[in-house]
Amino acid sequence: MHGTTLLLIEVGALLFALGMLGRLGRSIGLSPIPLYLLAGLAFGHGGLVPLSASEEFIEIGASMGVILLLVMLGLEYSAGELISNLRAAAPAGLMDALFNALPGAAFAFLLGWDWRAALVLAGITWVSSSGVIAKVLGDLGRLGNRETPVILSVLVIEDLAMAFYLPLVTAVLAGAGLIGGAKALAVAVITVLAVLVVAIRYGRQISALISARDAEALLLGVFGLTLFVAGVAEELNVSAAVGAFLVGIAISGPVAHHATEMLSPLRDLFAAVFFVFFGLSTNPADMPPVLLPALGLAVITMLTKVLTGYLAAKRVGIALPGRLRAGLALMPRGEFSIVIAGLAVASGVEPRLAPLATAYVLITVVSGPLLARLPDYEWFKTFIRRWRQPSTPAVRPLTAED
Amino acid sequence: MRVRVEQTPLPGIGVRHDLVTSSGRTVGVVSHRNGRRDLVLYDVDDPDACLASIPLTDDEAEALADVLGASLMLGQLAGLRQQASGLLTEQIALPAGSPFVRRKLGDTRARTRTGASIVAVMRDREVIASPGPDFVFEANDVVVAVGTRSGLDGVTAILAGDDDD
Repeated sequence: MHGTTLLLIEVGALLFALGMLGRLGRSIGLSPIPLYLLAGLAFGHGGLVPLSASEEFIEIGASMGVILLLVMLGLEYSAGELISNLRAAAPAGLMDALFNALPGAAFAFLLGWDWRAALVLAGITWVSSSGVIAKVLGDLGRLGNRETPVILSVLVIEDLAMAFYLPLVTAVLAGAGLIGGAKALAVAVITVLAVLVVAIRYGRQISALISARDAEALLLGVFGLTLFVAGVAEELNVSAAVGAFLVGIAISGPVAHHATEMLSPLRDLFAAVFFVFFGLSTNPADMPPVLLPALGLAVITMLTKVLTGYLAAKRVGIALPGRLRAGLALMPRGEFSIVIAGLAVASGVEPRLAPLATAYVLITVVSGPLLARLPDYEWFKTFIRRWRQPSTPAVRPLTAED
Repeated sequence: MRVRVEQTPLPGIGVRHDLVTSSGRTVGVVSHRNGRRDLVLYDVDDPDACLASIPLTDDEAEALADVLGASLMLGQLAGLRQQASGLLTEQIALPAGSPFVRRKLGDTRARTRTGASIVAVMRDREVIASPGPDFVFEANDVVVAVGTRSGLDGVTAILAGDDDD
């Protein structure tokens, strides 16, 4: 068979299979991310049906997927929103970073990995999945809840922190030595700050450059600008993902709104390819040995996320049930964790990192949304009510006599 | 009369407005960026949580706002209708080509000629109750009239400029 023909057959069959999987997932209320990862595992090296001709295509598609995921994330926020949020939610964001990144790093050292792998694992356990959590909140009808702004602002801080964390990891993984690394890092931080300032000051002018009226020109303009900036950012060791994120932030107003609509289908397509690609690059045979550590790490960091949400909600005066809702909702990790793990895999820093990250994301992204439903069950509410008033009548007569 | 409406930004989603009613219930609206609006009602036991979240399209939200804004007056009229059988209330839209656009209510001489009264005018979602003879009509006004069937039909004809004299 001809190379291109085989490529078409493979990609077509793969996408069709993903479509069916996504449909299956939706019917049982599951995010498609774990299904795509599993599909990747099945098709990869050592999997059930290895793909051969389309590997290169999928690899390019995957990098497009990362860029589109991040530009869409940036489009959700305006620069002003980010800054005002930063001021209000910085303590919660800091708590989030400490409680969730440190266990990841500690775990890596416990496994005997080097500090670079620890830095990567810290990022993987730190960042919740904005996409999955926003979907869960919408599905459970909790967008109006008082704790929801708390959850969202933690997510915003995480996303913004990624703009600095990703270039840092990229520089570290490039392994340019202490001085070289510091230089790369300085370039990265300056670039990010410069782009942020440009986005805040001149976001309107950049948006004006791309008209919202002509759909085709808008799609090509935004997508082209994103790929270009992502490429330049990659060249400067800032990571393509961050470049795309910053483009998303710079674009605002009606252009952002229309761009979101136009790019969504593209994002869905290439993000699915990205998750498959990550699964592809993991050999299923490597999974069983890391399954138990991944489960342990998931349990620990899901508990620390609950604590994060609990304390963040407490800070703004939310009652106990709301604090638990906030904590439980923050648990799923997803696209960002995979993006970070993807960087590490590409640099070959620790061979066991990819299977661990896959298993970890699979566990949290499946169990997280299920556990997030807990506070809506009647038995859970009753339990909380009893727990809040533990036998007060028995205590009262005593104090009265005193 | 003043009601405190609180606004909370929801980064990445939109904005939430809520208010506490005098009966102690909290009602809110989540406005999504794409124009969708959710009407949310809060739980009495757990005021942080919404009991129900009802998605509304742009049009539905506008219709609901109209009903809520005008409900007081229409409620009273409905009561009136029950008390006096044979007496009807009707909302009559002022036609765009009406001769009374930018003219006074008194000029219609509607009550003298038909026996039906114009008791209110709705304009831009606001209700102008008991307009006097010096009240000046504008295009797109909706007139609320009370009267017998034939009287109301007469008012409709006058406002449309279809009457004979």
